[in-house]
Amino acid sequence: MDTLLQVLLDGILNGMLYALVAVGLCLIWGVMDVINFAHGEYVMIAMYVTYWLGFLANVDPLISMFAGGLFIFILGALTYRLIIKYTIGKPPLSALLATFGLAMLLKNLCLNQFTPNFRILSDTWLGDKTFQLGALIVPLPQLVTAIVALVVVGLTYYMVRSTRFGWAVQATAMDKEAAELMGINTERIYLLVFGIGGATVGLAGGIMPTYLAVHPEVGTMFSLIAFICVAMGGFGSIPGALVAAILIGVVEALGGYYIAPVFKYVAVFGLYLAVVFLRPKGIFGW
Amino acid sequence: MVTPMHHGALKRKDLFWLALVALMALVPAVSAITANSFLMHVLILILLFASMAQAWNIIGGYGGQTSFGHSVFFGIGAYGAGMAVVTYGLSPWPGIGVGMLAAATVAVLISYPCFKLSGHYFAIATFAVVEIFNRMFLVWYWVGGALGLDYPMVEEGFKNLMWYDSKTGYYYCALVLFVLIFGIVRFLEGHRFGYYLRAVREGQETAESLGVNSTAVKLTAMALSAALAGLCGAFFVQYNLRVDPGMVMSLDMSMKFVLVTILGGAGTLAGPLLGAAVLIPLQEYTRALWGGLGGGVDLIVFGVLIIVIVVKQPAGISGIVRDIAKRFRRPADAKGGTSVGTA
Amino acid sequence: MALLEVRDVTKKFGELVANDRVSFTVDAGTIVGLIGPNGAGKTTLFNCVSGLYPVTAGRIFFDGAEVTGLPSYRIARMGAVRTFQVVRPLKDMTVFDNVLVGAFLHGAGGAQAREAAESCIELCGLAEYADKSAGGLPIGGKKRLELARALATRPKLLMLDEVMAGLTSTEVKAALELIRHIREKGITLLIVEHVMEAIMPIADKVVVLDGGIKIAEGPPDRIIDDERVISAYLGAKFSRRLQAKREERTNA
Repeated sequence: MDTLLQVLLDGILNGMLYALVAVGLCLIWGVMDVINFAHGEYVMIAMYVTYWLGFLANVDPLISMFAGGLFIFILGALTYRLIIKYTIGKPPLSALLATFGLAMLLKNLCLNQFTPNFRILSDTWLGDKTFQLGALIVPLPQLVTAIVALVVVGLTYYMVRSTRFGWAVQATAMDKEAAELMGINTERIYLLVFGIGGATVGLAGGIMPTYLAVHPEVGTMFSLIAFICVAMGGFGSIPGALVAAILIGVVEALGGYYIAPVFKYVAVFGLYLAVVFLRPKGIFGW
Repeated sequence: MVTPMHHGALKRKDLFWLALVALMALVPAVSAITANSFLMHVLILILLFASMAQAWNIIGGYGGQTSFGHSVFFGIGAYGAGMAVVTYGLSPWPGIGVGMLAAATVAVLISYPCFKLSGHYFAIATFAVVEIFNRMFLVWYWVGGALGLDYPMVEEGFKNLMWYDSKTGYYYCALVLFVLIFGIVRFLEGHRFGYYLRAVREGQETAESLGVNSTAVKLTAMALSAALAGLCGAFFVQYNLRVDPGMVMSLDMSMKFVLVTILGGAGTLAGPLLGAAVLIPLQEYTRALWGGLGGGVDLIVFGVLIIVIVVKQPAGISGIVRDIAKRFRRPADAKGGTSVGTA
Repeated sequence: MALLEVRDVTKKFGELVANDRVSFTVDAGTIVGLIGPNGAGKTTLFNCVSGLYPVTAGRIFFDGAEVTGLPSYRIARMGAVRTFQVVRPLKDMTVFDNVLVGAFLHGAGGAQAREAAESCIELCGLAEYADKSAGGLPIGGKKRLELARALATRPKLLMLDEVMAGLTSTEVKAALELIRHIREKGITLLIVEHVMEAIMPIADKVVVLDGGIKIAEGPPDRIIDDERVISAYLGAKFSRRLQAKREERTNA
């Protein structure tokens, strides 16, 4: 029983990290109907940003993750300006293929510059700290990440739902031309959405070096997990992505513990297929 | 007066293809080429990737179903041949047959539910399938698990589809593969099935209103595409003399099917060859030239090229070729040139 | 026996009843018009008959067999083929290839299908566009393409969904001529039209829908005088005025 609870806790905490990674993709997908294949590479780049700031300047990831967020905000906006903008109105998967090229570029640029070595920051504030809660062992870095995730997902949701900017974003998502007629600068909305989506994933990548190793291949799996979070949650639904992310974390933990570690992703991707075969537009989709 | 372009009859274009194949068949007669082992390697890869892309093109280009799952079928074909040789000590031929059949069966089982999904949901479902197969094969003892299969030394020749000293045998095998798959697609282009396939891509409900069973058409195309991808996989393993799950069943391998076709020109006969003829030498020669600059330079170049082509010319390299041809053509000929997109 | 029989067909979308127990028959060799004001449920009924929508209740018989619930491609194969009101060209294919897709339904050999496609293209006046991509046709051309493509399947029953809407009066005239010609070839026609004037001169029988219910069925000259039809189309007030005028005329 205690083991089960521990596995569930680990799964939920990991799921929150996935939610933090996925929320930016969800926003971009919902507003622009674009899948950014380089999303996982954004995570990887942000991890390198905080890793190097920690290694060279001794800044803890808890501080430098904001630098990671800012860095990926700029990278996201640039991605939109230089690539995505030109794929709109082209065949449906153009953006996906172009960003696959971008992912390849970023991944190999890092491989070329930083070698394929795994890099770990030592002596971070949270480090390997844990605390006891009854019979449960709660890892502090994961817990803090989960809290950051809740805050960021909540703020993003609030921004889209309840601010003037969010109103413009929703209008643009629903009908770009009508939004333009109402005087919304949709070009700017797209740019900002890509930037903000990038910033959230930058925060995710920024905090990760607290307890995860950095290497050029680290992003690929995060891309895939983020895709299935968003697709499973339902077209651009932020609460849907959050629920799906936690579900994925839990299934991954249960599968990894009770079947075999190698089967955890089989369980996760199998779950995705099961969900979309039953509900082709996702849990919260229509 | 109706003078439509027929896909069925032999056209001037076909003569061009026949001449090209004849030319390729003569390549090994030039000793300057056969002596250059690296050049032969690049030529073999061009033929292999063109064949793979053309296999994908059936369902992805003509059928409009962008599958990112083809590395699974490729892998099943590779394991079919590999297990026949390594596990059972047979010739690869029975393994090739079983592998193609298995690839087609798996493709139909996977596609039947996936075809109900649309757009990004379909794409992501096929990603998921690749990850599942990759993980399953990693721990599946019968197929060799993560260690994969290493070929033993066997007798050279067509019976075992294996050559050690020269690449000429592999070159001709790749050429046969190329002619077979391009020939099938050329035949389908002018055949009722080819028209139905494109009709389903352009509008499923419309096609159904004209008596087309779109599900059957898509499943048949997928099965054919998967079986041919499996055949390519069998050639790949015979050429490589080794297979493991990461080499064949991976997202990167799936992406190669898609990218070579789309960058070359999806839904066209020439697209897969154009894509392979440009991308493969670029990849191989940058790797050879700039390998000393640290890992990944070839893939950086590749990544940039993908972005540029997708952004600048969505019709791919065949679109670029068409634009150039248009510029050189006399204005009188250019009038009828708008409809050759899918020819 | 009727070629097509629609028996008590009801179609609901959630709470909305689009068709309510509609029944009518189409005899072989005739032209039947299905008319009614906007939102009367004509296209919905069409979609039910052609198998695009499953019916909520009721039964449909075609050519002596029940077709209720069959997928649309099977109904098309039996010989009931439709066109779409909102045109649906197979955009990236040429006009000829569009029609050829239809022709392949019963032209087993390639050459045979090509001949059939050529003659349908000629008949619908699309010859000059044959090699152009279908997406680039003007709207009138796209409407004719719908017709040519359906005709190429060699249907027993051709179901036309507002092929004349949005056409100029000369184009309408040409379309009517074409429809008569099609009937002479022995093809039965069921034609949905919003414009009453277009259908009345050629139809053998007219079925009128309003609010999802069949309000009248009969030969055109009788339908024109039907009070319920007039009020459905023109409103109650206008219908009373028309009635008064008509009485004046008969008294005079």
